[in-house]
Amino acid sequence: MKAGVLALQGAFREHREILSTLGAETVDVRTPEQLAAIDLLVIPGGESTTMQHLLDSAGLREPLAAAIADGLAVLGTCAGLIVLAHEVLDGRADQVPLDAIDIVARRNAYGRQRDSFEADLDVSGLPGGTFRGVFIRAPAIETVGGAVEVLAEHNGRPVFAREGRVWVSAFHPELAGDFRVHERFLQEVA
Amino acid sequence: MSGSDTPDIGTARVKRGLAEMLRGGVIMDVVDAEQARIAEDAGATAVMALERVPSDIRRDGGVARMSDPAMIEGIQAAVTIPVMAKCRIGHFAEAQVLQSLGVDYIDESEVLTPADEAYHVDKWAFTVPFVCGATNLGEALRRISEGACMIRSKGEAGTGNIVEAVRHLRSILGDIRAMTTASPEELFGWAKELQAPLDLVQEVATRGELPVPMFCAGGIATPADAALVMQLGAQAVFVGSGIFKSEQPDVMAKAIVEATTHFADASIVTKVSRGLGAAMPGAEIGQLDVTFADRGW
Repeated sequence: MKAGVLALQGAFREHREILSTLGAETVDVRTPEQLAAIDLLVIPGGESTTMQHLLDSAGLREPLAAAIADGLAVLGTCAGLIVLAHEVLDGRADQVPLDAIDIVARRNAYGRQRDSFEADLDVSGLPGGTFRGVFIRAPAIETVGGAVEVLAEHNGRPVFAREGRVWVSAFHPELAGDFRVHERFLQEVA
Repeated sequence: MSGSDTPDIGTARVKRGLAEMLRGGVIMDVVDAEQARIAEDAGATAVMALERVPSDIRRDGGVARMSDPAMIEGIQAAVTIPVMAKCRIGHFAEAQVLQSLGVDYIDESEVLTPADEAYHVDKWAFTVPFVCGATNLGEALRRISEGACMIRSKGEAGTGNIVEAVRHLRSILGDIRAMTTASPEELFGWAKELQAPLDLVQEVATRGELPVPMFCAGGIATPADAALVMQLGAQAVFVGSGIFKSEQPDVMAKAIVEATTHFADASIVTKVSRGLGAAMPGAEIGQLDVTFADRGW
């Protein structure tokens, strides 16, 4: 199992460290050649506008969309959720997401950095109690399509969801000091 | 299934977390909404709102203060990426204003004229995180002990000269490397020599890096400058005068963004360096009237 982490910008190192700890072979993905050699991909938190710009300049947008359509398993956290969404609200006019999961995302839905927060989440099917959700200038999942399974909510809003092999979280499991979300993703997409 | 308990805001994890999200990116100085939009268009991860870029502060002289709140609000309204702003060293009332404005990061910056010659701001008292400059490891650890959630090597702002940034990065990272092989009793000596808290010295020796992200600032003027400091070990870059004092700011901004991501791939740095026009005019450090990096203690 070769796990790629999109390493254009953001918190890619934390994801790699967790995936390595869980026994996966890991690699940074910055080029189409690196993308072609992986079995699953994590798109980390960071700035989604920066990431989309770099996806285009690196020639990664089309190969990535094709790989996901072909069944590549993907976990997108925070900015990664925005990149994978069907539609983005409050984004830039030229911000075109990959439409890999049937959700509508709203950028910076919880406010500015002073509103960033942590909260305990009950994650459906995750053993071992609540999971500490770290939300940093986080996006919200405004609506989900019929084929999307919601795995966790916060104050009645979905914050963790999946459709097929595409998983998205509005929070940062890579900052929780708790590997259970990554562990479950690896188990279920293997 | 919803966690409806009161969420925790302003925790160290949330404050340092935003710095983690800015890694591998470029934070650009902007003086108005139009420049902020150019920065966002180019792929900046954040903008630093200030009234004059450092090279103009250097030229104008006089006292440099926090920017007008109306100017910061104009930039906040123009872009969707995080907006940072600077307060003077030790000027906690300016920092309170910036927090009240909802800026995403406060830079307690030596580029502005210091307000306190003994004390920096108590940064633990704020919900909004702080970044502070450092020229060496002791200075970095003192700022972290005061609550800074991101360190930037200072370099010499407004010069377009990378030599001071390289000196500061090499000093900080070289000392960290040396500390990782020190014996426990030697760490007491390190703490004394660096004038830094022992627990932070021990933590750095164990981790082999600072407990918060370390970015680089002060003198980056080309894509190759960005690639240089990233290869030396910076985790992201601040570009001040280097973009909007260059001949083609939009092209220079995009090129520095790509070079920061692909810093280890010389073919990409080469590609983005072609035909950029003139970089900002530079300055020799020895001929400066004022060195900003010496401010702060």
